[in-house]
Amino acid sequence: MSSTTGTSEQLRTSLPVPIHGNGTAETRPLTWRLAQRDEVLDIETYESLEGYQGLKKALGMGAEQVQAEVKNATLRGRGGAGFPAGIKWSLLPKADGGPRYLVCNADEMEPGTFKDRLLMEKLPHQLVEGMITSGFAIGATCGYIFIRGEYIKAARHLNEAIEQAKAKGYLGKNILGSGYDFELYVHTGAGRYICGEETALINSLEGRRANPRTKPPFPQVAGAWGRPTIVNNVETLNNVPAIVLRGAEWYKSLSAGKSPDPGTKIYGASGKVRFPGLWELPLGTTGREILEQYAGGMRDGLSLKAWLPGGASTDFLLPEHLDLPMDFDTIMKAGSRMGTGLIMVVDETQSMVALVRNLEEFFARESCGWCTPCRDGLPWGVKLLRNLEQKQGRTGDVELLQELTKNLWIGKTFCAHAPGAMEPLQSAIKYFRPEFDACVRDDAASLPPVTQA
Amino acid sequence: MMILTDKKPRVQIENILTAQEIHDIEHYMHHYPDPRAASLDALKIVQKRNGWVDDAQVAGVAQMLGIAVTDVEGVATFYNRIYRQPVGRHVILLCDSIACYLMGSEDLAAGLMDHLGIRYGQTTPDGRFTLLPICCLGNCDKAPTIMIDEDTLDLVSIQQIPELLEDYA
Amino acid sequence: MATIYVEGKEYPVSGADNLLQACLTLGLDIPYFCWHPALGSVGACRQCAVKQYNNADDQAAGKGRLVMSCMTPAVDNTYISIDDAEAKAFRASVVEWLMTNHPHDCPVCEEGGHCHLQDMTVMTGHDRRRYRFTKRTHHNQDLGPFISHEMNRCIACYRCVRYYKDYAGGTDLGVYGSASNVYFGREKDGVLESEFSGNLVEVCPTGVFTDKTHSERYNRKWDMQFAPSVCQQCSVGCNISPGERYGELRRIENRFNGDVNHYFLCDKGRFTHGYVNRDDRPRQPQHKQLGNLVNLSVDAALDKAIASLKGKKVLGIGSSRASLETNHALRDLVGAEQFSTGMTRREQALIEQVIQLQRTEGIHVPSLREMEQYDAVLVLGEDVTQTAPRIALAIRQAAKLEAEKMAAERKTQDWLAEPVSRIGQHAKSPVFLLSVTETRLSDIAVGECVASPVDIARIGFAVASHLSGAPATGLSEEALEFARDIADTLKAAKKPLIVSGTSLLEPALLEAAAAVTQALGAEAGLTLVVPEVNSIGLGLLGGKPLEEALAGEGSDFDALIIAENDLYRQLPKVIVQQVLSKCPTIVVLDHQLTQTAKQATLLLPAASFAEGDGTVVSQEGRAQRYFQIYDPSYYNPEISIREGWRWLHVIKAGLANLPVSWTVLDDVIEDLARAQPLLSGIQDAAPDAGYRVKGLKIAREPRRYSGRTSMRANLSVHEPRAPQDADSALTYSMEGYVGPQENSALIPFAWAPGWNSPQSWNKFQDEVGGHLKAGDPGVRLFDRLPKVPARTYVAPAAQTDAESVYRLLPLYDLFASGEMTQRSDVMHSRIAPAHFSLSSTDADRLGVKEGQALQVSSGAESLILPVSIREYLPIGMIGYPAGQVVPMPTDQPVSVQPALAAAGA
Ligand SMILES: Cc1cc2nc3c(=O)[nH]c(=O)nc-3n(C[C@H](O)[C@H](O)[C@H](O)COP(=O)(O)O)c2cc1C
Ligand code: SF4
Ligand code: FES
Repeated sequence: MSSTTGTSEQLRTSLPVPIHGNGTAETRPLTWRLAQRDEVLDIETYESLEGYQGLKKALGMGAEQVQAEVKNATLRGRGGAGFPAGIKWSLLPKADGGPRYLVCNADEMEPGTFKDRLLMEKLPHQLVEGMITSGFAIGATCGYIFIRGEYIKAARHLNEAIEQAKAKGYLGKNILGSGYDFELYVHTGAGRYICGEETALINSLEGRRANPRTKPPFPQVAGAWGRPTIVNNVETLNNVPAIVLRGAEWYKSLSAGKSPDPGTKIYGASGKVRFPGLWELPLGTTGREILEQYAGGMRDGLSLKAWLPGGASTDFLLPEHLDLPMDFDTIMKAGSRMGTGLIMVVDETQSMVALVRNLEEFFARESCGWCTPCRDGLPWGVKLLRNLEQKQGRTGDVELLQELTKNLWIGKTFCAHAPGAMEPLQSAIKYFRPEFDACVRDDAASLPPVTQA
Repeated sequence: MMILTDKKPRVQIENILTAQEIHDIEHYMHHYPDPRAASLDALKIVQKRNGWVDDAQVAGVAQMLGIAVTDVEGVATFYNRIYRQPVGRHVILLCDSIACYLMGSEDLAAGLMDHLGIRYGQTTPDGRFTLLPICCLGNCDKAPTIMIDEDTLDLVSIQQIPELLEDYA
Repeated sequence: MATIYVEGKEYPVSGADNLLQACLTLGLDIPYFCWHPALGSVGACRQCAVKQYNNADDQAAGKGRLVMSCMTPAVDNTYISIDDAEAKAFRASVVEWLMTNHPHDCPVCEEGGHCHLQDMTVMTGHDRRRYRFTKRTHHNQDLGPFISHEMNRCIACYRCVRYYKDYAGGTDLGVYGSASNVYFGREKDGVLESEFSGNLVEVCPTGVFTDKTHSERYNRKWDMQFAPSVCQQCSVGCNISPGERYGELRRIENRFNGDVNHYFLCDKGRFTHGYVNRDDRPRQPQHKQLGNLVNLSVDAALDKAIASLKGKKVLGIGSSRASLETNHALRDLVGAEQFSTGMTRREQALIEQVIQLQRTEGIHVPSLREMEQYDAVLVLGEDVTQTAPRIALAIRQAAKLEAEKMAAERKTQDWLAEPVSRIGQHAKSPVFLLSVTETRLSDIAVGECVASPVDIARIGFAVASHLSGAPATGLSEEALEFARDIADTLKAAKKPLIVSGTSLLEPALLEAAAAVTQALGAEAGLTLVVPEVNSIGLGLLGGKPLEEALAGEGSDFDALIIAENDLYRQLPKVIVQQVLSKCPTIVVLDHQLTQTAKQATLLLPAASFAEGDGTVVSQEGRAQRYFQIYDPSYYNPEISIREGWRWLHVIKAGLANLPVSWTVLDDVIEDLARAQPLLSGIQDAAPDAGYRVKGLKIAREPRRYSGRTSMRANLSVHEPRAPQDADSALTYSMEGYVGPQENSALIPFAWAPGWNSPQSWNKFQDEVGGHLKAGDPGVRLFDRLPKVPARTYVAPAAQTDAESVYRLLPLYDLFASGEMTQRSDVMHSRIAPAHFSLSSTDADRLGVKEGQALQVSSGAESLILPVSIREYLPIGMIGYPAGQVVPMPTDQPVSVQPALAAAGA
C-alpha cells in the first residue's frame, strides 16, 4: 500500500531499515536477537541467543545486588513518564512475608504506539525473563502481564513462552534451585485506554472498573490486593536481563553520548512517512534521524508540518525541533514529552483543527468518568472542536479551549489522562492559532440583519 | 444448632452457564488471590457463546465469583469490548485513532458504512456484521487498521473491503 | 493539634482531618460534592480545590498549586488560600462542567430548595451558561415505593454507590458505563433492597434520588413547618426532622445527633409516617350511644369522661409507644395500684431485666455512635436489622475498624476511603452472629450460628465461662469450640460489644449477654434492644403487667382507660374480648383507630408525635424530647386532638375536683420528675419553654415560608393569629431564631445561610461530622442513676424436647412487624402476607410445602397461615410473624398440623 514514489532529496535510504539495524547483543540489547532470527518464539532459540543468562546471573547475584545494578543503570521507565525503575523499586517497603506483585504494563493503547506489541509478539521470552529477573530483584511472589485484549497474538506467544519457561524450571517453585518462587500469568484486558494508567490498571487487574486510585498510598506500598506492587512497562522490563548480564556501566554507554539518559530506546514513526516502523536506537537519537534515516522521510513529496514525539498525549512539536535529541529531559524542555518515543508525523495538508478534534474524541471517549473536569470537560472540548472544524465556531471558542487546557491540567484532574489530552490541544493552538481562528464565524456579520418592528 | 463459620455461597449456575464455561472461569479464578479478579476473564468467556453477554450470564458470573451482580454489570459496561447487546456474527472494529486517522480512517469508515449499509453501533440486517469504532490498535505502522473478530488487518483500503469481508460468513 | 494558615490567618485544627473538613469546621466555606463526613474523601468531583503553598514566603510570592482540600491532610504548617483567584475560577469551572449535563430543572425538581448542587452553584458564583450543545440524557428506573430516580440530574459524585455499597453494605445499586455516560442505579428496575435506602435522598447532593413518599403531596422545604422530633418506630430513638404542610406530615428527614443516628436513618423510620395522615384517625372525641358513634366537643367529652368515671374503680392501661408524660398522667389519674404498663407479663419482666442490667455496676451501655467504635461484636439472638435497624448499620461500621487499623499501619488516614478499603481488602473486625434464622448482617460475620433462643443463650454462657476460665460443659464439641473461638476473639479485642435484646422473649439471652459482658470487663459494651420507642421509659415508670392488672388481685375494675395501646396486639383475642365486654366504661385515647379504640365507649383523640410534645427513653436509656410539629386545629378548628396527658390531667382534675394544675408541658415534666426520681433526669432532655436565643423563640418555619396568609383561605379570608406554643420554646412562625444554638435539642431543621440542604448540619457541629455544638441532644438516664451490684447468672438447661414437639419462635420483619408501619399505606407493598416459617426438615416432617397452609394451636388459640420454607431455622421451631398476628405462646409446645382450608391471617 505504501507509496514509494517520493523523491525527496532528504531521503538517504530507499529501503526500510529493520528494527535492529545491524545490532549485536552489545549495541541493541532489545532487538539483536531479531537480527539472527525474525521471531524468537521458542525457548530453545532464545536460550541459544543468550536467553535466560541474565536471570541465571541475577539468581547468583542476589536480589539486592540486582536492584543495585538496575538502579545504577538509571534505567528510566519506558511507559511514558520516564521514572527511574531502580528508584521505583527501592520505594517498596521491607518484605513482611506476605505477597507482593510485579505487574507488566502491556496495555499499550497510547495512539501512535506499537512498540510493546512487537517485543511481545516476536520476543516473548525476553519479557518473561525480564519479569522473572525483576521479580526476583524486588522479591515479588507473583507476576501479571496486563496485556490489552486486542493483542491476541502477543498474548498467545506469551502464554506459550510461560509454559515453556515453566517446563524448564525458570518459573514456578524454587527457580533453578535458587529457592526463589515466582508465578507468572497473562491477564488480558478488554479495551480501555485508561487501563494503562498504573493504578487504573491495578483496579482492572482486580476485576474492577478501571478508575485510577488515590495516590498516596502508591502501588509500591498498597497496590494490587492492597499489597506492595511494582508496575513497569514492557520495554522497561525487557531491558533488565541485559543490564544484569552486562552491567550498569555498559548500559550507560549504550546511548553513546547522545543523551544523559542511558540505554537504547525503541523509536518509531507513523503517519505520512515513507517507511512507518520501529527501530531500536541509542537514547537521544534525534527526531530528524528517525524521520529521515529510518522512516525514509515524508512520503509523496509531502512536507512536515508538525509531529508528536511520543504518542497522542504529548505536545506537538514543529520541524524546527527535529534536531533535538529524543530524550526525556530535552523534549520536556522543548515543551513536550518524549512519551513513548514513537513519533507521529503530520504533513502540511492536514488541518490541525480536524486532527485535534480526532485526538480529543479519543480522550473524551476513553475518560474513565471518575473526575468532573475530564468526564464533562473533554466532551465540551470535542463539541467546540467539531463546531470549529465545520467552520461553525463562535467568538470565544478558542479561548474556551485554552481555558480547558489550563483547567484540565496536572493536579486539577484525578489522574494524568486529561492533562495528556490537553497536551496536543494546547500546543496545536499555540503553534497554529490562525487555523483555529479561521474556523470562527463572526455571527453578528453572518446573521440576517434584525428588522425593527 | 447449626454453626456456620464458612459460608460459601451456594452456587447454582449449571442452568445458566455451560460446563465448559464454568470450567474455563474456574481456571482463571486460580490465577488471582481474589476471585473477583476473574470477572473480565469470565465475561469474555461467556461472551464467546453468542458474541455478547446476556443478563443471565452476568448473573451467572456474579454467582460464580461470589460478587454482586451490580459489580459484574459495572465491569461489563465499563470495558469497550464486552457487549451487553446482541452483535452480529462478526464484529468489525475500525481504528479511528490518530495514526489511522492520518492515513484515512474516516474515508475507510465511510466506505465500510456504505458497503454494509449500517452506521457505528449497528448490525447488518442479516446479522452478519456489527461495526464499531475502536481506539488505537497498536498497529499504527500499518494504518489504517481494522480488526475483525480476532484478526488484525493491515493497510486496509476501501477497494479491498468486499474481498476482505468474504472470509467472514 | 496542628496549626494551619488560611489566607495568612492562623487557625488551630485537629490535625487528623483533611483540609476540607478542617476548614468547614472552622466555619470557612469550601464547596464540595463527593466528600461526605461519613463517607470520606475520594477526590472525584474536584470541587473543593484550594491553593496550597509550601510556606508563608511562597504564599507572599504567589507560588502555590491547586490541591483538592478533601484529599490533603490538614497537618501542621499548612498554608492555603480559598480566595485565591485561580482556585475560585477553577471551582466555578467545575460547577460549569457539571451543569453541561444537568437539566436545570430546578422548578420541577423535588430537590429544589434543599439542594446541595444549588447551594454550591451559588457559592462558586457560576451563573452564566456558556455551554451551547446538547446534554446527555438517561432513562430512569422504578426503584420501588420509597425512592424516585431521575438520572438526568446526576453529577456523578459517586456518593450514592459509596454510601449504598461501601457504607450500608447494599448490593443492588451500582455504577455502570464510563466516560460522560456513567449511570447509577439498579441492574434493572426494582425495589431497592437495602433497609437504609432512604438515606440516598440525603446523600445525593442533587435530585437524582428523592423521597417518593413526599412526591404525591409535594412542597418545598421552605414551605414546611418542622420540629425537632424522635423516631417512634423502634427503641433506638433516632432523631428526625419531620416536615408538615396544611396539617399533613409530608416527609421525614434525618436530624443530626452525633451520639445517636448522626447522618442516617433506616427506611422504617424515614418512610413510616402515613399513619399520621390517615383519614380514619380519631380527630374528635366520640361517644358510643346505642352502638352509634357521636362526635362530641372537647368540653362535652371531658364532662362525659368525668361523669362516666366518677365513683368507678378505674384501671389505667398505659403504653410503651406513648410518651412518659401520658403514661405518668394516666398513672396519676388512676393511682399506682390501678396502673398497668400495658405490657404483657413476659415483656415487662424482660424490660425490667434490661433496666436492671443496664444499671449494673461495671456494665457500660454505649450510644449508637459509640457502637461503631467496637472492634469485635457478638450478637446474641437479636435480629437487629429487623428490630432496631440503625444498630445493624452501626455494627456494619464497627466491622470496618480492622481495615482502618491496617491503613493506619501504613500511614493512611481513615478518611481516605478508597485506600482504606484497598488496604483492608476483605479484612473485617470480627462480628459473630448467633441467631434463630439467617440475618442481613450475614455478609460481615466471621462466625454464625443458627440455634434456638435457649441454645443461643447456652453458647453465650459457654463464651462467658471460657472467658472466666471455667470450662463450659453440656454443649457439643463443635459448639464449645465455637464458643471458645468467640471468647478468644472478644478477649483479644480492644473494645468488644455484646448485642442482644428482648425480641425472642428469652430472659436467658439477656443474662448470657450480661455474663459475657461482665466476663470481658470494663472495656466491653452491652447493647440491649427493646420493643418500643418508650419501653425503657415505661419500665422505669413501672406499673402492673397486663395479665395481673386484668385478672389478678384488684382486677374488679368497672372502668378502663387505655392510653395508646391496642390490647389486641398484646393478648389473645379471646382474653381481650372478655375483658372489654364485661367493662361498661372504656375510655380509649389514641391517635389510631385500633381494634381496641373501636370498642371504646368514649374515644379521645390523642396526639401522635406529630401533634404533641413528649419524652421517650431509648434502649440506651437516653431520654429525648420530641415536639409538636403543627397544630392541626389551625387548619381545621373541628379537630380537637390533644396530647394524652392533657386529656388525662383534666379528667383527673375534674374527678378530684381540683384545679387544672398542668397547663403546659413543663408542668407535667416537673411533676413527673418529682414523683419519679428515676426519671428526674428527663427535665434536662431539652430546654424548657422559657428558653430563648437572642431573645427569640425558635422558628419552626424556614425564613422563606410562603402562603401563610392564604393557608386557611378556604375557611376564612381573615388570617388568624398563628397558634401560640406555650409548651416549648418553639414558635409556629418563621419569625424566630434559626441556626446553631447553645442547646442542640431544639433544632427543628437543617438550614444555615447559603446551606439549604442537609449538608448544612456542618454549620451546627463542633467538628464537621462529629457532634453538635453544645452537645448532642438527650440525657442518658442510666449514667445518672445509682448502680446496682453485679450478680452472676446461670446458664439455662438444654431444652430436650421429643422429636414431635414444636415450639413457636417470633420472627421479625422491619416493615411487617411494626404497628404503625402496618398503618402506613406506602408500606403495603413492602409487607408480605403473614406466614409461618419452617425449616425444610420440619416442612418435610409435617408434609407441607411452600405456600400450603399450616394450623398451629395452643390451648384455645389457633392460627392458620401459609408456610414459607427458610434455609436456616432451628429444627422443631416454627417462626410466626411477630407483630402481624396475635401474640403466640413461645414458652410451651404447640400442636401443629397441615390445614386443609386455604390459609388466611
Ligand atoms: C492515561 C494513561 C495511560 C497510560 N498508558 C500506558 C500504557 O499503555 N502503557 C504503559 O506502559 N504505561 C502507560 N501509562 C503510564 C503508566 O501509568 C506507568 O507510568 C507506567 O506503566 C510505568 O512503567 P515504567 O515506569 O516502566 O514506564 C499511562 C499513563 C496514563 C496516565
Ligand atoms: S482524569 Fe479523571 S475522569 Fe479522566 S481518566 Fe483520569 S480519573 Fe478518569
Ligand atoms: S469534595 Fe474534594 S474532590 Fe470532591
